[in-house]
Amino acid sequence: MNRDSNAYTFLFAAVMVLVVASSLAFTATALKDKQNENVRKEKMQNILSTIGIQTDRDQAEELYNQYITQELALVADGSNDESVQAFKVELAIETKKPLEQQRFPLYVAEVEAEKFYIVPLRGAGLWDAIWGYVALEDDMNTIKGAVFDHKGETAGLGAEITQGWFQDRFVGEKIFNAEGELMGINVSKTNNDPSGLDKEDHEVDAISGATITGDGVTAMFSERLAHYTPYFKNNTPVEEAPLEEALEQASEETTIAYQN
Amino acid sequence: MAKENQPLKKPTLFFVNKDKEPLFSKKNRALLSDPMDDNNPITVQVLGICSALAITVQLKPAIVMSISVMAVMAASNVIISLLRNLIPNRIRIIVQLVVVAAMVVLVDQVLKAFAYDVYKELSIFIGLIITNCIVMGRLEAFALGNGVWKSFLDGIGNAAGYGFILIAVAFFRELLGSGKLMGYQVIPDAFYAMGYENNGLMLLSPMALITVGIFIWFQRSRNRKLIEKN
Repeated sequence: MNRDSNAYTFLFAAVMVLVVASSLAFTATALKDKQNENVRKEKMQNILSTIGIQTDRDQAEELYNQYITQELALVADGSNDESVQAFKVELAIETKKPLEQQRFPLYVAEVEAEKFYIVPLRGAGLWDAIWGYVALEDDMNTIKGAVFDHKGETAGLGAEITQGWFQDRFVGEKIFNAEGELMGINVSKTNNDPSGLDKEDHEVDAISGATITGDGVTAMFSERLAHYTPYFKNNTPVEEAPLEEALEQASEETTIAYQN
Repeated sequence: MAKENQPLKKPTLFFVNKDKEPLFSKKNRALLSDPMDDNNPITVQVLGICSALAITVQLKPAIVMSISVMAVMAASNVIISLLRNLIPNRIRIIVQLVVVAAMVVLVDQVLKAFAYDVYKELSIFIGLIITNCIVMGRLEAFALGNGVWKSFLDGIGNAAGYGFILIAVAFFRELLGSGKLMGYQVIPDAFYAMGYENNGLMLLSPMALITVGIFIWFQRSRNRKLIEKN
């Protein structure tokens, strides 16, 4: 067959595409379980690292089972939906559903008799999705730790949100103000407190050159945490009873703010 | 290798050795050694610079990148060489691209399954192997016109030349930039106590370019073949 004929060229291209496509599909299918396992363990690692437990991937599952005592899938009103396995909820899919069908996963950890509440976050950065986990102390207000990750933020700028020095800025910040209003955390460029000493200002210092990613983190905090406010309101420890009324008001306001 | 001194009986599909050349003849050895020095893809041909700048901040990703590029280049050189008498001339670039892309996706998937941390660190650059000029350049310039064994050696040689520079640059950048090698601190704390500081500039891309420049300078001052006449 003439190698320069159109027929041969088409035939060659078709066969090549078939061979390449099927071999890639085969590899992807064969390796899928192992890859998913990695992703699953990484999720456990991330959840654990918000409460200050650093682990390698091999031990992640064991430590996860040890420390995470409850996995809740909350409904918008703050009650728990028993029929949903919280760990399997994929926020990427979940956030596209109508609000009343969404389930909001919440992980409760217990480390040395201290309780932590871990909220998964997901939002949009500059180029693509950003996500993370934030752990609250048992006052359901003070941040114990946060981790972030991203799909395609700019290396060296937006991608720096994955770095420890940025994530450490969130530690100790409060998500509610004294009146019990949900403030979230503002990643701020006009922060008068660059070294992060003021833990009551609901602000952390932004990363230079990563404005949009930083705004994405801010938005992710206020949007996601707003859904958990009803649960926090219902479950605030007893000794902080005076806060409860204020929280009630706050949750209404934040819900309104979110809907706008 | 036992085969080395036995003449091959007949030209086969895989080893078209018309001259009954030994596997590691002088010419074949040159295919491996040339790209290390006289014809280095980075310092002499100035190809593949983008990845050389991007992933040389630390030694570990540089090593993994070198190995990945080597796997991709050797495999795609062999495949293109096998197909060289079948590929229609008019779509040869597309065919090369498909082969390289397929190899890269394979490497990507394998890393995701077996070296997940490295995969996360390198993921975007693994994808960029497809656009590494060295890979396409060797397919077009060598594999399309040479036998399988030679193409394989050529792929390994060029990837080694590329990887050698990558690792050397990463060595200096990680050492001077963060005082570490492979993530372990090597500069003793006593130095820091005496006022030594890591050079933050080494971590930024411009210093990669300057480091490569210093390598080129050093290489040209030693290698007579590279000195231009005029």
